[in-house]
Amino acid sequence: MSVSKTPAAPIRFTFWKLVFFFLMAAGLYATFVRFTRGLGASTHLSDQFPWGIWISFDVLCGVMLAAGGFTLTAAVHILNIKRMHSIIRPTILTAFLGYLLVCVALMYDLGRPYNIWHPLIMRNPHSVMFEVAYCVMLYTTVLALEFSPIVLERFNLQKPLKVVRAILIPLVICGVILSTLHQSSLGTLYLIVPEKLHPFWYTPLLPVFFFLSAIAVGLAMTIFESSLSSRHFGLQLELPVLQELGRVLVVVLGIYAILRLEDLWNRGALSLTVSPGHEMYLFWLEIALGIAFPLILLLQPRVRSNPDGLYLAAVLVVLGFITNRMNVSITGFEGSTGVRYFPKWTELAVTGMIIAGGFALFGLAVQYLPIFPREHLLEPAVADADRTVPKMLQVVENAGD
Amino acid sequence: MSKALLYDSTICIGCKQCEQACAGQNKLPYDDTIAAEEHQSAHKLTCILTRGDKFMRRLCMNCKEPSCASVCPVGALQKTALGPVTYDPSKCMGCRYCMVACPFSVPKYEWDKLFPKVQKCTMCPDRLAQGKQTACAEICPTGATKFGERDDLIAEAQQRIRDNPGKYVDHVYGLNEVGGTSVLLLSAVPFETFGYRTDVSKDPMPMLTYQVLSKIPEFIPLGGMVLGGIWWITHRREEVALAESKPAAAKKNGRKP
Repeated sequence: MSVSKTPAAPIRFTFWKLVFFFLMAAGLYATFVRFTRGLGASTHLSDQFPWGIWISFDVLCGVMLAAGGFTLTAAVHILNIKRMHSIIRPTILTAFLGYLLVCVALMYDLGRPYNIWHPLIMRNPHSVMFEVAYCVMLYTTVLALEFSPIVLERFNLQKPLKVVRAILIPLVICGVILSTLHQSSLGTLYLIVPEKLHPFWYTPLLPVFFFLSAIAVGLAMTIFESSLSSRHFGLQLELPVLQELGRVLVVVLGIYAILRLEDLWNRGALSLTVSPGHEMYLFWLEIALGIAFPLILLLQPRVRSNPDGLYLAAVLVVLGFITNRMNVSITGFEGSTGVRYFPKWTELAVTGMIIAGGFALFGLAVQYLPIFPREHLLEPAVADADRTVPKMLQVVENAGD
Repeated sequence: MSKALLYDSTICIGCKQCEQACAGQNKLPYDDTIAAEEHQSAHKLTCILTRGDKFMRRLCMNCKEPSCASVCPVGALQKTALGPVTYDPSKCMGCRYCMVACPFSVPKYEWDKLFPKVQKCTMCPDRLAQGKQTACAEICPTGATKFGERDDLIAEAQQRIRDNPGKYVDHVYGLNEVGGTSVLLLSAVPFETFGYRTDVSKDPMPMLTYQVLSKIPEFIPLGGMVLGGIWWITHRREEVALAESKPAAAKKNGRKP
């Protein structure tokens, strides 16, 4: 797959190339500052604000944005929704890259990154962080295995391919369980700070909200990433599949919205939503971007059947829930700590580099690996793979991705 | 038995000898500039706050059920039977969850170091192990900071409040806060004056996360079963549909179309 297939690509590509090299250069310099002069010199973190955007964005949002992996593998392999098979490889690639980048970001944020392996042997089962560490570690392994058929296929390694395909279903089940656990646990992390976190965001339901929104963002990211790929790599858009994802997204967002409202009502925090202040504006920004606008858009069949409409709704959902994670981990603490946190340029540069790296790796993978179904010469018409194909063949086809 | 510290702010004269003794015990620098700092930091584990003619001391509360020890993924922070909440830097990976979780925002970080440690008062665990009292209690010239058995100190604090009507706020801070702490405070003015929150939970904080975490072992086999079951049903349906569309094949497998 080469980029030059779309006529407008060369100019766009050069522009993005420049952006990419700028982000990489800034990020590498920030990396140098971080690992030679420490966290104090490279961040605006303080005793009052020990977690900044490397946790808020790179870890909390990073894990959330990679949620498409477990959502889609569950839909395709567990619920057996074959229509969605055609988009599962890019989704797994997105998830796998996401988790790898989360691990990279952690190396920047941890004060003693060389001890990152300690949870393996120094276990504290009472710690949510311990559980998250284990789940992320195991799930990254699961994703590597779910991703491996793509690489094995590329190099035609039939034996290991057989092994991976044989264990695929247990693997997918493990992946879904691990994801359920740590997506929700990222919310559980904040259950221990009832006095510190603003009542907009502190609720015993935090784990539920984190999990539900991870599913919503997983679906939105799949739409986003498919739309972007189709534009950038000149692929045919899997519109019917994306429309279906859009419908599921409506339901998930609806459930989330109702639960969120009920929760605010039950905790008596509803009156806060009209008391002006820093927190209120960011709360409404989160609700508007992540829930209100996307629901208004997606409830209209006209928008759902339009690639641009779907794309816009998906982008809004992603932005809205990024705002949500930032609110839980930054805005929500500003009141109780009495300190405003804004990231230092080095923190932004590292995050920028990681995002740029993600996009670049995705592009490279698409170029060199059979990510999109069109590349599969062995699997013609995967999208239509239905009951006409003998079952044995089907299992092999669907396996491993 | 569990040891504790009782700090009676009405006896304190603000001499800051506890600060100096603490710095010495923890091998931290101490000079006039540091003495003037009225907040805990990575180089100042306890401090005396002054509001007019009133004093108050801040230090790690060494909670009975500490959030920090509960959230630490590698168990670098531990509650010991004697009372202190200790810290082992060789285990620490620097996630700083302890700093986020502490209801009193006590743990501080060596931000300017390349491989920082968490810093907090650990209630002189080495001294306690030798049967000695904490450095701050030992040096205190007025007995404002008193070391002893937690139960005895609670009884004494309550006695002081009873014996001196009107002198104290009728509250032993640390008796019930977050399930009880190994540092107990008495004050003549409301604790909020010095930034001590009185709205903190009376229950131990670690339960907030543990009641969710403890469900995980039950969730895993159930989740696996449910997902496996769904997989079975959805794929069985497909098999049946396949068999029904090919009666001959179905017969061979002993299935009725």
